[in-house]
Amino acid sequence: MEKFNKLTGIAAPMPLVNIDTDMIIPKQFLKTIARTGLGVNLFDEMRYTQDGAEIADFVLNQPAYRSAEILIAGENFGCGSSREHAPWALLDFGIRCVISTSFADIFYNNCFKNGILPIVMPQEVVDTLMADARKGANARQTIDLVEQTVTTSDGQVFPFDVDAHRKHCLLNGLDDIGLTLEKAASIDSFEQRAQAQRPWA
Amino acid sequence: MTARTLYDKIWDDHVVHEAEDGTCLLYIDRHLVHEVTSPQAFEGLRMTGRKVRAPEKTIAVPDHNVPTTLDRANAATMTEDSRVQVAALDTNAKDFGIHYYPVSDVRQGIVHIVGPEQGWTLPGMTVVCGDSHTATHGAFGSLAHGIGTSEVEHVLATQTLIQRKGKNMKVEITGSLRPGVTAKDITMAVIGETGTAGGTGYVIEYCGQAIRELSMEGRMTVCNMAIEGGARAGLIAPDEKTFAYCMGRPHAPKGAAWEAAVSYWKTLFTEEGAHFDKVVTLKGEDIAPLVTWGTSPEDVLPITAVVPNPADFSGGKVEAVQRALDYMGLIPGQKLSEIAIDTVFIGSCTNGRIEDLRAAAAILKGKKKKDGIRAMVVPGSGLVRAQAEEEGLAQIFIDAGFEWRLAGCSMCLAMNPDQLAPGERCAATSNRNFEGRQGRGGRTHLLSPAMAAAAAITGHLTDVREMMAETV
Repeated sequence: MEKFNKLTGIAAPMPLVNIDTDMIIPKQFLKTIARTGLGVNLFDEMRYTQDGAEIADFVLNQPAYRSAEILIAGENFGCGSSREHAPWALLDFGIRCVISTSFADIFYNNCFKNGILPIVMPQEVVDTLMADARKGANARQTIDLVEQTVTTSDGQVFPFDVDAHRKHCLLNGLDDIGLTLEKAASIDSFEQRAQAQRPWA
Repeated sequence: MTARTLYDKIWDDHVVHEAEDGTCLLYIDRHLVHEVTSPQAFEGLRMTGRKVRAPEKTIAVPDHNVPTTLDRANAATMTEDSRVQVAALDTNAKDFGIHYYPVSDVRQGIVHIVGPEQGWTLPGMTVVCGDSHTATHGAFGSLAHGIGTSEVEHVLATQTLIQRKGKNMKVEITGSLRPGVTAKDITMAVIGETGTAGGTGYVIEYCGQAIRELSMEGRMTVCNMAIEGGARAGLIAPDEKTFAYCMGRPHAPKGAAWEAAVSYWKTLFTEEGAHFDKVVTLKGEDIAPLVTWGTSPEDVLPITAVVPNPADFSGGKVEAVQRALDYMGLIPGQKLSEIAIDTVFIGSCTNGRIEDLRAAAAILKGKKKKDGIRAMVVPGSGLVRAQAEEEGLAQIFIDAGFEWRLAGCSMCLAMNPDQLAPGERCAATSNRNFEGRQGRGGRTHLLSPAMAAAAAITGHLTDVREMMAETV
């Protein structure tokens, strides 16, 4: 997993609420057996016509936002299907950070496994960041994971919370499985206890 | 000792390790696997030289991609990419030695229908699957939720998940349901009440008389859609109905082990005075047959209502409702019962079990679908299909003009040949009415199997209670 430390980039505004993972990456693109290559189909049905032509007013098709690295989104971003193809598609497009007032649990969790930082902010902060993002490509925002701050293009600084374990893994690009396998002895002894208490399981 | 909820108890019994910051390693009793969210996970194992830690607790079945037409043994019925995905699961199941129900097996079906049917899902277990509708298994009083592919790989390799405990939410449905109202209406009513983010961060325990009165299949329908309310998991405390459902299933314990299991399962209930962080109470008598009008499962109203006006909403929902009505091709004030449909889909992990088919067949018996309507019934598993044929339900559907299909996820998510065309309007017993969910530009109205059957007969969304009055 790629490390996440500090990012300065273009933020794209997507104020729509309840953006679900079917919108982020429609099901016809889930037939891949790879994790990469999904960026071109990110938000496919909002981004392209049925014939594959770009829909000019969709935010990521606008010249200012074509190389966005941050999304400022409406509430309950990532709801619906558990498909990890959603963060894979965002990452493949180049999005490393999503900021919203709330995220669906599974999506939120999936982001951290892929080097994407989801940030929950209060409504008024999201409103400020959204307004800043609407200024276009010159309005770059900075995300500092070490300091846990978001800085707008005009220098306003907002702190955010992040789980310490997840922060540690993101900063260091750590693989969860490797960390868990260090606890193999605990898993072994749990299995022995469980076998005695609940043998049918 | 502090009084504990059902969720607290199951959680406590599965903690392998707890870090100082509260991050836990949770043991997983059953890992269900399907072809769409697993190939990258198995590939990860291969690349790192890791094995599946507990293949005996890992069960795989292809469901999302598989065609449901009778000719599906012919490989030409699948697109190349679907074929590759199903073939990858065939290979992975064999290479890693996990339990497997291939497409050719009569027990194949939707993973959330096969798990309980085969007795893999039992009370008090932790169950995960790379699929958000894993919440279904909570009906047994098992802690069950969807995970992403990275977590699928983590569970395959370690049989554990890194988790932080969620909060406790109680959803109580008091009293009894009125005739024509089903488990589907309960679960949709709850989402209408809480919104699609109302359960985020919580595990829901459904309780109350109306929940107790539901069959196990009805309870599965309720828990299935917990995720549509934002809750990763829904739970219902096990009782005699649960034990009766599990007894004798192929992978349920037998003999002395059964007795020991039941005595443990009887300890799985929320204790008097246990703390819930959020409580929602609905009266069973107040719930009407419901339909969705928009593109979010929270966009739900009684069939007797009218299409709402965006101006009736506030905040970001105003724009979302306008967008939904444009997408759905509906006008504020239009009666829901006058919305004409093109297609009826009965099936999915929400409503693809035998009781769902019985409920639909009871309405359709001796009747025909309206001319021009496309209607299909897709049983949730090969065994559900076989039972429906034995009970004569299949013939009722066929006589009514429905297509009688083989088991799979089918049109619920349209990753297979069963899809809506742009603008095609569908009365669906599935769980999501998102834009494009059933096919690009497709318009979905979620409802119960009986309501779907009623709509097939009239050609428009219909209050099934009117039809029940006719038949009495």
